[in-house]
Amino acid sequence: MSVHRLTGEALHVFRGERHVLRGVSFAAQGGEYLEVTGRNGAGKTSLLRTIVGLVHAESGRIEWNGLDIHRDARAFHAQVAFLGHESPLKADLTAMENLHFAIGIRRTIDATEIARALGETGAGGFADRPVRTLSAGQRRRVALAGVVLAAAPLWVLDEPATHLDADGHALVGRLVERHRASGGIVIAAVHAPLPVAEPGTRHLGLTSS
Amino acid sequence: MSGVWHCAQLVIGRDLRLAFRNRAQLLHPLLFFGIVTTLFPLALSPEPSRLRDVAPGVLWVGALLASLLAIEFLFREDAQDGTLEQYALSGRSLTWLLFAKTVSHWLLSGLPLALASPVVAYGLAVSPGAMPGIVASVALGTIALSLLGAVSAGLTLGIKRGGALLSLLTLPLAVPLLIFGAQATARAIAGADMSAPMYFLAACAVLGITLAPLAAAAAVRISLE
Repeated sequence: MSVHRLTGEALHVFRGERHVLRGVSFAAQGGEYLEVTGRNGAGKTSLLRTIVGLVHAESGRIEWNGLDIHRDARAFHAQVAFLGHESPLKADLTAMENLHFAIGIRRTIDATEIARALGETGAGGFADRPVRTLSAGQRRRVALAGVVLAAAPLWVLDEPATHLDADGHALVGRLVERHRASGGIVIAAVHAPLPVAEPGTRHLGLTSS
Repeated sequence: MSGVWHCAQLVIGRDLRLAFRNRAQLLHPLLFFGIVTTLFPLALSPEPSRLRDVAPGVLWVGALLASLLAIEFLFREDAQDGTLEQYALSGRSLTWLLFAKTVSHWLLSGLPLALASPVVAYGLAVSPGAMPGIVASVALGTIALSLLGAVSAGLTLGIKRGGALLSLLTLPLAVPLLIFGAQATARAIAGADMSAPMYFLAACAVLGITLAPLAAAAAVRISLE
């Protein structure tokens, strides 16, 4: 298996009238973790949404394994697990059902695999409860199980540890380490640095305009 | 290919399960349909011959407004909780996933309306012989309406409280469906051949199936930006 590679070159992104990203460049390859930091409104979320292709950059290009991500967007998306700052869960479904439907669209999956992932993220105890009865931190754990289950080489996470307790913070660090060890790339926008080893970690600081 | 059908099954399965967990949303358009159509006999004279004359119009205006009410919920919740975003990033065709969503929407709004229309028609003094024709015309008309609604719902997603705009956008395009739907129902009541308006409704549905999901996917992508 060749090493995955994601590069962004001189990205300029506008949100309405605001010039949010002014010539941002970055690169990450398999086994690396790219930590995006910056103050509120510095454009972290915009950058992540641009990387996954939801937002189109005004200029500059993003390449996944040497190919522009918009060239074959569907093939690219099959390799990306994106977690926004809201956990994409249905309040009326249980954690198990949520992941069954959400991940099932991406790949075939069975209940034991979902249960195992939920156990890993510390969500095993409330896997069969409707998500509306869960706290924000518990929902985050369910959403993280979804990221693990997507089995995608590129993780793009927006504030993955938001709402999580200290133990959850360490959990996110462990998940990132494990994903890196398996040759994956993690890009995360964070306020507090994740507990991951420095080698193989790159930093991208965004300054507000 | 099996993956594609499996995806559609999952999207539809999820929506159906959600609808049955939260039945209020399911019943709302039906209740509206029932209330609007029962108000007419009260406001007009309760004379059967008179009611029979207005029945097609009442039935179709009621069905149209009830579907509009339902269309607002087509994508709204999925947009809010990030499900649409996940659909767009799933590596599957968004057009196909939204088509599946529209199918489940029709199963939950158009089909119940079609099945309820005999009850409403009976209240408007329509003879039982006309019922199969009425159900068929409402079912066919609401397929086209759901697809049309998917495009407008996609376009108004980014707008807060886009409900009014949604109706404004959908209604003019739904007028042909109203005209031919009411025509089909009138013919069913009169016991005449209803194939011409039915063909028109079917043509609209086919046109909708081919074009609407593409347009809806493009609209949703724009609103996700």
